[in-house]
Amino acid sequence: MAIYNIKRDHSRFRQIVKGKIKQNLKKYVTHGEMIGRKGKDRVTIPLPQIEIPRFRYGDKEQGGAGQGDGKVGDPIGGNPQPGDGQGQAGNQSGEHQLDVELTLQELAEILGEELELPKIEPRGHKTLKSKVDKYTGIANQGPNSLRHFKRTFKETLRRQISMGTYNPEEPVIVPIKRDMRYRSWKSDVRHENNAVIIYMMDVSGSMGDEQKEIVRTEAFWIDTWLRSQYKGIETRYIIHDATAREVDEQTFFKTRESGGTLISSAYKLCEKIIETDYPPSEWNIYPFHFSDGDNWSGEDTRVCMELLQSRLLPMCNVFCYGQVESRYGSGQFYKDLKEQFGMNHESVILSKIENKDGILPSIKEFLGKGR
Amino acid sequence: MGMDDFSTSALTPDLARLRDQIRAHAEAYGLDPFETIFEMVDSDQINSLAALGGFPVRYPHWRFGMDYDQLSKGYEWGLQKIYEMVINTNPSYAYLMKSNPLVDQKTVMAHVYGHVDFFKNKYLFYKTNRKMLDTMANHAVKIRDYMDHYGQDVVESFIDKCLAIENLIDPYAPFVEKKRSAKAQQEEPNSGRLKNDRNYMDKFINPPDFLEEQRQKMALAQQQSKKIPAEPQKDILAFLLEFAPLEDWEQEVLAIVRDEAYYFAPQAQTKIMNEGWASYWHSKILTEKVLKDSEIIDFCDHHSGVTAMQPGQINPYKIGIELFREIEDRWNRGKFGKEYEECDDMRAKALWDKKLGLGRQKIFEVRKVCNDITFIDEYLTEEFCERLKLYTYQFNRRTNQYEIADRDYRKIKEKILFGISNLGQPFVYVTDGNYQNKGELLLWHKHQGLDLDVRWARETMRSLSEIWKRPVNVETEVDGQKKVFSYANGEFSERFI
Repeated sequence: MAIYNIKRDHSRFRQIVKGKIKQNLKKYVTHGEMIGRKGKDRVTIPLPQIEIPRFRYGDKEQGGAGQGDGKVGDPIGGNPQPGDGQGQAGNQSGEHQLDVELTLQELAEILGEELELPKIEPRGHKTLKSKVDKYTGIANQGPNSLRHFKRTFKETLRRQISMGTYNPEEPVIVPIKRDMRYRSWKSDVRHENNAVIIYMMDVSGSMGDEQKEIVRTEAFWIDTWLRSQYKGIETRYIIHDATAREVDEQTFFKTRESGGTLISSAYKLCEKIIETDYPPSEWNIYPFHFSDGDNWSGEDTRVCMELLQSRLLPMCNVFCYGQVESRYGSGQFYKDLKEQFGMNHESVILSKIENKDGILPSIKEFLGKGR
Repeated sequence: MGMDDFSTSALTPDLARLRDQIRAHAEAYGLDPFETIFEMVDSDQINSLAALGGFPVRYPHWRFGMDYDQLSKGYEWGLQKIYEMVINTNPSYAYLMKSNPLVDQKTVMAHVYGHVDFFKNKYLFYKTNRKMLDTMANHAVKIRDYMDHYGQDVVESFIDKCLAIENLIDPYAPFVEKKRSAKAQQEEPNSGRLKNDRNYMDKFINPPDFLEEQRQKMALAQQQSKKIPAEPQKDILAFLLEFAPLEDWEQEVLAIVRDEAYYFAPQAQTKIMNEGWASYWHSKILTEKVLKDSEIIDFCDHHSGVTAMQPGQINPYKIGIELFREIEDRWNRGKFGKEYEECDDMRAKALWDKKLGLGRQKIFEVRKVCNDITFIDEYLTEEFCERLKLYTYQFNRRTNQYEIADRDYRKIKEKILFGISNLGQPFVYVTDGNYQNKGELLLWHKHQGLDLDVRWARETMRSLSEIWKRPVNVETEVDGQKKVFSYANGEFSERFI
């Protein structure tokens, strides 16, 4: 009995799911916490159950029957399913949430389509070669576990026919050693672009939890998109107040310090990291700096501009500055950058993120240029 | 992936021998199943089949994909596993998981013969289409053709609308002699449309002006004649097939959805009995005939898993098997009839034994004539509820949790019956196809103590109004007040009457 190929219905369902996510992308971006990570490259997204409506009773009113000890008034625990009353999988009623699993790649595609993000053109001369082995070949030698039955059979058949030992009346196929065929690998050389994202964040007293949440959410989406564009991507994290230091991801989003702000300290560290680990001839480099726009002094701002202009910009694909609105920040640094580079500079992108709703447009600003 | 990769395979010789043995035992006990073909499947195949309602070929629709998605995840995560599946056709088809241990295969085969005997001999199934395998495949071909012709999105979204109302049928209708047939012959059922079997000619034979004219004529005629339907009609799908302004292909799709709904309805009406009957027999056949000593523990483990009750849920396997055993015991000992009923000495009742030995005969009779409702209503006794520690529960708004409400067997019976009457769904009838003389549809929700879920009602009415192509109204009750829900031009409203 041949079973109808349900994979088509399944991909149809996945299509509908992706459509729903796309429709509600703003909600998911704004509330980044709704998205759960699952393993290295998968996420789960809660969707309201996609269900076919029908006339039915309201849920809670209903009650039902059950079995067990206890006296009247005792809570029954478990997960009662009033109405259909039968513990059957698949036909439960109620407003269940559907946890949809997506790969980051799929999520990136949805983001890309919804924001109309252009594909990134990697800087041309920075390709790396890598070798990939794929089992698409056939060899005459090999382990039995890789024996290719069909090819071996064919080979034997061919030999027997040509030798005249094949009898269609009694089709016996006896392979000998030289008929044996095995699956084998072929090497593929691929050209890959490597990329590194260097996140820098101002953790001085004026950056509160809400600001950090915005940065975290934005970083997640930027990561997701860039990961879909580059195969090997690395991320580095720098926090700074008056001094800068490199930290791991965890610390990056959790740390809260106080004290002054010297942005130049971060840019210097960033430059150092690039020089040590990421020769610009081989890497696509994306520094993102998030701050509330306060810098200690005009003097330090001048140092920053100088660093950007002469050191960082020539090494990077694009330098992104995101300014998160905070009650205490003056927002001066954005103005300074704007004055220095203008809004249409080819490798400096500036974006203001007023609140959570600003995340989506800001992502578009950063990634919409395709660099 | 080609079709070949997704083919099931036949039983191994060992299993085929076992099948023959088990069938022989089943027949010796008096079971009378159709011929049954067992197919070996892997987990992915059984998940596919389960999503497709047991049928290897269905029309394309995303909900099968959704069910498959959930089933395969549940399996992957080890939350659920489908042991057994069988479809009501002649011959019947049943599926065995390749990876199951032998003791499970034996259990499943015996269980399946219980189901197939039930399918063959229960009155309620006499009118079901035993060639449904072919019918489903034909439906699939038809719908695929429509999709090729009108586009997948268009057809699929129309199917969605039909599915929203697929439960608005009358499962007892197949047993009622058609009263309307004479009348239907007299007049064209359709909206004045001239019969035409060449689609491309339709716009010449039935131009829009003409149709509109016909429609007005019909409307006038209808108004002058009597109300349609003459009395509240539960099979709303049949009403729509007759009176809704549908394209030919839409009519065909709606008919397909209705056909399939009628096919599955009797199974839903006998869930408790059917699972109880099959469990009764797998237990009997295995423990008395088939099991080796070394298999007893595994069998018991799995059997108790299948019949376990979770808080707040009625497990049809458990209630079903216990009731059949109870009935057998009562009729063996003569615990029925006037004398027994009127006896108020509890000790005498408990020890009652007239050594009648009528148990086996009685359960075969029950399996032939009862459905879940009569089964529960007739045989769920006070002693039974006590023995199984049954209770009713209610949601307590104050504590925000479900709590045990009562242990009175009458209340328990009432709750279970309510949960299964009309398959636990509201009773909805069509009462007027020309409501307020504006061609609107009027439905009537027969209120039996529970309100409709308004949000779901609204969505359902949206689907319905897209089929009827005019506003749709539902007479119901909310918090004890009579109300009419209306869905007109994309707007939902409600008013008191």
